Amino acid sequence: MHLSETTSSGFFFLAPWLVFAPLTGLLINVIFSKWFKFSEKMVGTVASLASGAAFVVSVLLAYSVSINHGEMMRWRLAEWIHVGTLNLDWTFRMDSLSTTMMLVVSGVGTLIHIYAIGYMHEDVRFKKEEGRFTRFFIFLNLFIAAMMILVSGDSYMMLFVGWEGVGLCSFLLIGFWYEMDTLARPSWANSNAAKKAFITNRVGDFGFLIAGFLMFWYLGSFQFDAVFEAAPEIAHSQPWVIVAITLFMLVGVAGKSAQIPLYIWLPDAMAGPTPVSALIHAATMVTAGVYLVTRSAEIYTLVPQAQYIVAMVGAGTALFAATIAVGQYDIKKVLAYSTISQLGFMVAAVGMGAYVAGMFHLITHAFFKALLFLSAGSVILGMERGHHHLAHAHAHHDEKPKGKKSKKEDHGHDSHEDEHGEVFDPGDMRNMGGLRKTMPVTFWLYMIGTLALAGIFPFAGFWSKDEILLDASLHFKSVYGQLTLAAFMTAFYMGRQVWMVFFGKPRHDAAAHAQESPKVMTVPLMVLAVLSVVGGALNLPFEGFHNLGHWLGYTLAEVEALPLDLKVAGISTVLALSAIFISWLIYGRNPLKAGQIDPLKKPLGFLFTGMENKWFVDEGYFALIINPFKKLSAFLADVIDWRFWHDFVHDTVILGTYNWLSEVALTQYADQKGIDRFANWLGESTQSISVTMRKVQNGFVRSYALSVMLGVVLILGYLIFK
Amino acid sequence: MVPVDYYIILSAILFTIGALGVLIRRNPLIIFMSIELMLNAGNLAFVAFSNMHKSFNGQIFVFFVIAVAAAEVAVGLALIVEIFKTKKNINIDEMNSLKG
Repeated sequence: MHLSETTSSGFFFLAPWLVFAPLTGLLINVIFSKWFKFSEKMVGTVASLASGAAFVVSVLLAYSVSINHGEMMRWRLAEWIHVGTLNLDWTFRMDSLSTTMMLVVSGVGTLIHIYAIGYMHEDVRFKKEEGRFTRFFIFLNLFIAAMMILVSGDSYMMLFVGWEGVGLCSFLLIGFWYEMDTLARPSWANSNAAKKAFITNRVGDFGFLIAGFLMFWYLGSFQFDAVFEAAPEIAHSQPWVIVAITLFMLVGVAGKSAQIPLYIWLPDAMAGPTPVSALIHAATMVTAGVYLVTRSAEIYTLVPQAQYIVAMVGAGTALFAATIAVGQYDIKKVLAYSTISQLGFMVAAVGMGAYVAGMFHLITHAFFKALLFLSAGSVILGMERGHHHLAHAHAHHDEKPKGKKSKKEDHGHDSHEDEHGEVFDPGDMRNMGGLRKTMPVTFWLYMIGTLALAGIFPFAGFWSKDEILLDASLHFKSVYGQLTLAAFMTAFYMGRQVWMVFFGKPRHDAAAHAQESPKVMTVPLMVLAVLSVVGGALNLPFEGFHNLGHWLGYTLAEVEALPLDLKVAGISTVLALSAIFISWLIYGRNPLKAGQIDPLKKPLGFLFTGMENKWFVDEGYFALIINPFKKLSAFLADVIDWRFWHDFVHDTVILGTYNWLSEVALTQYADQKGIDRFANWLGESTQSISVTMRKVQNGFVRSYALSVMLGVVLILGYLIFK
Repeated sequence: MVPVDYYIILSAILFTIGALGVLIRRNPLIIFMSIELMLNAGNLAFVAFSNMHKSFNGQIFVFFVIAVAAAEVAVGLALIVEIFKTKKNINIDEMNSLKG
C-alpha cells in the first residue's frame, strides 16, 4: 500500500476502511452471531457501528481533502487486472465529489441502520420470522460496503463492481420476505418484485457495459483521468464514439436511477422492508446514476446532444412519475413515484450541466426522502400495532363489537385476513386518517419531510429544487416547463398524502388504535428532520454561501454560482403553496370517508384512471415485451427445442441414424459382410493353400535337392541377368 | 599357362555332373560321390581364382573344404551303415518317413 500521488498530510491511509469497516461488521454478524447468541440489539449495534465507522472515515477523508485544498488523492490498495494494455488497480479516489457521496451514503446509512433496529424488531415479529433479523443487517452492511466501492472507485470498472454489488443487495433486500407478498400472505409477489428489479437493472447494466467496452476500445482505459484526457481528441475526430458512450451510459443510469423507460422496477421494489426503501431505493443506490453522470461530467460536456437527451429523459421522468404519484393509494408507492420524479429532477440537472445543483438535490433529497420513507415505515408499523392491538383485544375478551372486524383472527392474529377474506393493508392510505393524534411525533416529522419535498421556503428541498429550476430556466426552457409542472404536482400529491394519512377521521379501526413508534426509530428521524430543515444551508444562492459549489468546484470544472432569482423561486413557491391549497380543498376540507372513491376520479375521469393504474406502463411492457417474449420462449421451448430438436433431431435423426448405422450398416454390411467375410476368407484360403502345399513335402531327398538346385539357379540367374 | 576360363568351365562341368548325379542316382554311395564331385568342382574354382589373384586365401578355403568333406563322408557312411542295418536296404527313395 502506498500513495501513488505525492505524499500529503491527512487521513488518506484510512480509505480502505470505507469498505472494510462495513465488511467487518458483516463478518462479525455472520460468524459470531450464532455462536455467541447475539441479541437483536447486539446485532443491530454491530451493524450500526460498522456503518458509523464508515461515516467517521468519510468525515476524516473529507477533512483531509479540504485541508489539501481539494486536491484529488488516490490510495492504491492492490493490483487488480494487468492484461495487455489493460492496467487496473484497486485504487480509492478521494476528491470533493466522492467524499460528498461517501458522507451522504454512510451518514444517512448509519441513521437508517439505527432506525432499522427498531423497525425490524417489530417487522420480524409481525411476519413470524425472528431469525431473519440478523440476515437483514448483514445485507444492509453489505450494501454500505458495495456503495462505498461504487463512490470511491478510481475507474469505471471499480465503479461497476460497486454498481453490481448494490444491485445484488437491492435484489436481496427487495426479496427479503421472499415467500410472501407485502401483506404477509404466502405468495411469490415479493420475489417477483426482486427479480423485476434485478432484470430491469440488467438491461441498464448492459448499457453501462457497452459504454465501458467502447471506452476501453477507443479511449484505451477505464481509469477516470485517463478517459477524460483521451476523450476530447476522440470527440474531435470521431464524435459519434463519445455520443455512443454517453448514451449507453445513460441506459445504465436509466436502469439504476429509475428513469424512463426503465423506472418500472422501483415502485415494485417497495416490497422490501421500509428501511430498505429509504436507504437503497430513495437515498443512496438510486442516486448512483446521478453520481455516474456527474463523475463523467468531462465526457458529457463534450457532446451537447447527449446532454440534451439526458436532460429530456430526466425532465420527462420527473413529470411522468409525478402524475402517477397523484393516483396512488399506497403510502410507500406515492413516495416511490415521488422518488422517481425527484431522480428525474437530478438527472435533468446533471444533463443540463448543472452538476452542483444535481448533487445538491441528491443530498437534500437523501435527507428528506429518507425521512419520509422512514416516517411512512413508522406509520405502517403504527397501523400494524393498532391492528395487532385490536386482534388481541378480540381474541382475549371475545367481545362482539359492531362492524366487520368481529371475532377475527382466532388463530393467527397477525394475518391480515378477516373472516370475510377481506385483507387489511397497513400501507393503504384509504385505511388511515387521523393519525395526527395517535402518532404525533411521526406526524410532525412527516410534515417536515413533506414541506422539504414540496419545496417550501426555507426547507432544504426549496433551495436545491430551485437551483435546478433556475438553471433550467436559463438553459432549457422546455425542461424548465416540465420540471415546474412536476414540482407543482409534487406539492399536490404530498398534500394529498398528508391530508389522507394524518387528518380527518380514522377510516379503519386499526388507524384509530395506531401507536407511536419507539425512540430508537424516532430519534434517527429527528436527526434527518433537522437535516431536512437546515440542509439548504449547504449551498445558499447568495454571494459567499455557495459552499457546496465551491467544494465540488475542486473536482468539477466550470461550476456556475447562480444568484437567487426571485422570479423563479417565487413562481415555484406560489405553485407549491397553491398545490397544497388545492389538495386541501379536495382532501382536507372534506376528509375521505371509509369506502369512498377518490374525489379526483370524477373530475379527471380517464386521466385519473391512468394515474391510478400507472398509465398502464406495466401492462404495456407485458403486451409489448414480456408476453411476446413468453410466447417466443414457449415457442422455442415447445416447438424448437422439444418437438424439433428433441423429438425430431435427437430421436428421429440422430437416434434413428445411429440405430440404422449400428444395426444395419455396421452390423449387417460392414461387420458381417465385410470384416467377417474377409476373416473367413483368410482362414479358408490359408487352409486350402496349406492342403495344396503339403504335397510338396514328399520326403524324397532328391526332390528337396532339386528345389534347392532350382532355387540356386533362379537366384544366380537373377544375379547374372538383372 | 592355361587361362583361368578353362578351369572355370571344367569346374562348372564337374559341378553339373555332380548335381545331376545327386538328383538322378538312387544309390547313396553314388550320391556321396557326386557330392564329393561338386565339392571338388568348388575346390578347383577356388584354386584357379587363387592362382589368378596371386592369393593364398582360396587355397586355405580348399583345405577347409577337404576337411569338411572328409568329416561329412565319415558321418554319411556311418549313417548309411546304420540305415542298412535297420532296413536291409539303402534305396534312397524308401527313406521318406519324415514327409508331412
